[in-house]
Amino acid sequence: MSKVESSKSTVTGVNRRQFLAQSAKAGCAMGLLGMGITSVAKQSSQLDPLAIRPPGALSESDFLSACVRCGLCVEACPYDTLKLARWFDGAATGTPYFTARTIPCEMCEDIPCVKACPSGSLDHDLTDIDESKMGIAVLIDEKNCLNFKGLRCDVCYRVCPLIDDAITLEMQHNQRSDHHAMFLPKVNSDSCTGCGKCEHVCVLEQAAIKVLPAHIALGKTASHDTYINTEETTLEMLNRGLPL
Amino acid sequence: MSKLSMKKDGFAQAAIDELGWWRAHKFLFLRRASQLSVFILFAIGPLFSLWLLKGNLSSSELLGIVPLSDPLATLQVILTGHMPEFTLILGALIIAIFYALVGGRVFCSWVCPVNMVTDSASWLRRKLNLPRTSEMPRSLRYYLLAVVLLLPILTGLTVWEWVNPVPVLYRAALFSAGSGLWLLVAIFLLDLFISERAWCGHLCPTGALFALLGKLSPVKVSAVNAKACDNCMDCFVVCPERQVLKPALKGKQAMITNSDCTQCGRCIDVCAQRVFQYKNRIALKAENTQ
Ligand code: SF4
Ligand code: SF4
Ligand code: SF4
Ligand code: SF4
Ligand code: SF4
Repeated sequence: MSKVESSKSTVTGVNRRQFLAQSAKAGCAMGLLGMGITSVAKQSSQLDPLAIRPPGALSESDFLSACVRCGLCVEACPYDTLKLARWFDGAATGTPYFTARTIPCEMCEDIPCVKACPSGSLDHDLTDIDESKMGIAVLIDEKNCLNFKGLRCDVCYRVCPLIDDAITLEMQHNQRSDHHAMFLPKVNSDSCTGCGKCEHVCVLEQAAIKVLPAHIALGKTASHDTYINTEETTLEMLNRGLPL
Repeated sequence: MSKLSMKKDGFAQAAIDELGWWRAHKFLFLRRASQLSVFILFAIGPLFSLWLLKGNLSSSELLGIVPLSDPLATLQVILTGHMPEFTLILGALIIAIFYALVGGRVFCSWVCPVNMVTDSASWLRRKLNLPRTSEMPRSLRYYLLAVVLLLPILTGLTVWEWVNPVPVLYRAALFSAGSGLWLLVAIFLLDLFISERAWCGHLCPTGALFALLGKLSPVKVSAVNAKACDNCMDCFVVCPERQVLKPALKGKQAMITNSDCTQCGRCIDVCAQRVFQYKNRIALKAENTQ
């Protein structure tokens, strides 16, 4: 009885000064706490390079502001492609991602994952799955890729939903045997959707072709660099002086 | 020591003798049933492909059409500057209106999974006879709520969702994301050893927001029979927000109007004198003015 009573009386009997002091203390504590959580958040907002976001995902920072981590996209995916990230998973906890090598995206025509997303972190303007940019496939290891050894593996090429567009085989003379041809898989980064089917099927123990998030896979010219298309440059243009 | 911590096996014994064990735990059981049914509705989706309720507490879809979303998560998203799809906002409005009508913190005691964790910590505290402590001000949760809503403006990230323990249990069970469970263990230990009812009673910003939402709700617990109170203090022992009880028991107005009340109904259960009852504020007003 006494305990309850006394704690009550201190609660009701706070004077102005105590109240201000208490507020200041609480304010400081909250400030520190806020900084703490923010630094946790900032640190774990680094996405693992092999974790790929679902189709239509906004740029990583916009995605992190928008996604409420409801898992509706995960439940909508008929192929169990998507997972919600756990703590220490290399993607912000609770956000959806997939690992192409384990289960790639099957590029559903009606894109159920995007339709299910209530927050718009998966952009509902994406209606053609072939336009999606989950990542970019990169033939990352030319040494071990069987086609680079002069064999006709072609598995990644044949599995690609956008065969001969997102991925092509480039015939090249085989210097080693000198009378064979090599067929080198080449990804066209403008068409590749990043579905990861190529990485999934690569016959090697470690895939030689890997899907990477676009910000890692793609180079970018600096804004002050000007690219000159030499084939279309005429003498007249040169005489006029090129707009550099 | 006070009478409170001396009662060992005597707790709520009067109510049990008077009403029988079952009725003295009625709302506790109904509450657990409600918490578990919500969870089961979510879980039978992935388990048996019976999709009555998809998603989790952050946002979900009822019967494939009705969107339901957590108002706090939705507010955070909007404050980052991202304009969400209308579905999310509609879902948050539906939830907000629902709890404004039935009582804000009804969410806490009838739906939220963390409640089971903190209730068990409190139960164990009682069993182990640990002293009652409450050094933290209850207003902390509103400060925390303010921080939770401020950080998205400053950082552009829904920072709180990284550590929010409320959806963690659901994510752990529904999406096998168990590595976040350490947060719930931390809350359990905090409530058990460091400060009584620390999480739900003093810190949780979700509870704070729901308390604000439920300010005007017509449904309240009311000390209809306050005269019969024999000061056994059992309701003070079980109530997660015991500061709300005294004004109702001793004051002029029998209604528990403080929106901190989670409307769990444990005070109704444990009172042998049947002091408390759920009441509809509007109906009660009509009665009084007659
Ligand atoms: S497009 Fe289909 S397979 Fe790919 S993530 Fe979405 S639902 Fe899954
Ligand atoms: S459905 Fe949208 S908001 Fe929900 S987890 Fe997926 S991406 Fe995030
Ligand atoms: S990720 Fe691979 S399979 Fe998918 S579109 Fe790109 S090249 Fe094709
Ligand atoms: S206070 Fe927070 S954690 Fe506790 S029951 Fe309410 S919403 Fe859940
Ligand atoms: S007053 Fe009663 S209903 Fe409200 S929180 Fe306390 S025990 Fe629960």
